[in-house]
Amino acid sequence: MNTSIHVSLGQVAASLALVALAAAISFWRKADLEGDIAIAAIRSFVQLTAIGYAIALIFEADTIWLVLALLAVMVAFGAITARARAAKVPGAFWPLLFALTVAGASTLGLVVALGVFDPTPRYLVPVGGMVIGNAMTASAVALNRLGDEVSDSRAKIEATLALGATAQQAAAPTVRRALRSGMITLIDSTKTTGLIFFPGTMVGMLLAGADPTDAVRLQLILLYALLGSVAIAALVATTLAYRNFFTPAQQLREAVE
Amino acid sequence: MRDHAPVLFALRAVSLSRGGRRVLDSVSAVIPAGATAVIGPSGSGKSTLLRLLNRLAEPDAGSVLYRDRPLAEYDPLALRREVALVPQLPALLEGTVESNLRFAAGLAGKGLDARRCLRLAGLEAGFAGRDVSRLSVGEQQRAMLARALSQGPKVLLLDEPTAALDQAARDAVEGTLAELRRELDISIVLVSHDPEQARRLGDWVVRLEKGRAVESGPLEQVLA
Repeated sequence: MNTSIHVSLGQVAASLALVALAAAISFWRKADLEGDIAIAAIRSFVQLTAIGYAIALIFEADTIWLVLALLAVMVAFGAITARARAAKVPGAFWPLLFALTVAGASTLGLVVALGVFDPTPRYLVPVGGMVIGNAMTASAVALNRLGDEVSDSRAKIEATLALGATAQQAAAPTVRRALRSGMITLIDSTKTTGLIFFPGTMVGMLLAGADPTDAVRLQLILLYALLGSVAIAALVATTLAYRNFFTPAQQLREAVE
Repeated sequence: MRDHAPVLFALRAVSLSRGGRRVLDSVSAVIPAGATAVIGPSGSGKSTLLRLLNRLAEPDAGSVLYRDRPLAEYDPLALRREVALVPQLPALLEGTVESNLRFAAGLAGKGLDARRCLRLAGLEAGFAGRDVSRLSVGEQQRAMLARALSQGPKVLLLDEPTAALDQAARDAVEGTLAELRRELDISIVLVSHDPEQARRLGDWVVRLEKGRAVESGPLEQVLA
């Protein structure tokens, strides 16, 4: 798997032609997205260049502590980003932070323990980034759905509480639907992978000159690891967050304005 | 009339605000055993008062007593199985009428006699297997009542039980409620915007206006 290619800045600059094309289409059809396209191109350049240097430093230092620090920063930013999508869920930050931490730690821990990857920065950084990124998306979608579901089903939840059901029993159908919606996107894309689209890792490895068999196997490992991390993240986030809708006396709190 | 009926609920200077609005403003009133109608125009705080009685809501100030003990001293779950609230809009769980009844009876730790609960709520036994999504609003309302009755409650809190119904269905539900009282040793607290309904079903009346209890007492005194 030890393949490497060199990509020059000139090649990157040449690919900007496609960005210019996108901006031209937007201008031509009055989509009014030229500004956003420019910002997206600049931000992606700056952010990826910065993280590229950071990763190079971490690879060079070759210490697990720097890896953990980078992953912790990713988890914190992930939780902050996901919280914005879960605006209807009171106190969503801590459940999200906990969900991303547990999903990241358990998935990475498991793949290392099973001997899939060596516990070195070269594996932990990219895999950790993918795991945390997907866990963030899944938990954000799950909590977004949870907030919508609770506000749509207030009457039903309260009618169930009125029977002497616990908050957990009253919220169970809602939590189940939220968990499903957090997981379903990745499950669906995993089903169609290779047929409708080529996943990023495989594309990257093929471009870098790797053997196609290796590229496919590594991609499968990552897809399976992501399925696990997404399920863990959605489960932890919904299980912790639904409680914030209820008081200790098993009452449904007023809606968040 | 019900002067000697024991006091079921006592509200002492109860206030509650929601979204910056004072929904209940220092309400003091007693609700005796029997049938009590809480009346008043819409927005006067009737439904909120009902939700206080089984602790679905908590007052900001004041206290509510049930059988001479503050509500806060009761386990809310046990309380809600004894003091059952049937909300204004039907909100059954997905599934059949029977699965709803079974869930509720199970919460109360009771075996289910679906036929009896349905009969008490004025529904044929055949409704047990019906999917709740295929019921009319009136049938759902009755299924909600049957579900509450499956827990064997001592008090029924009914929030505008006939508001969504036409006159024929309303008369039928009122007949059912009158029969329930005859057949079971159960107290009813009924919220209604209609004084005539209070006259037909209640023997004690609490009248709310703009979140204040402006009158409470025996029916013939309040609605003379």
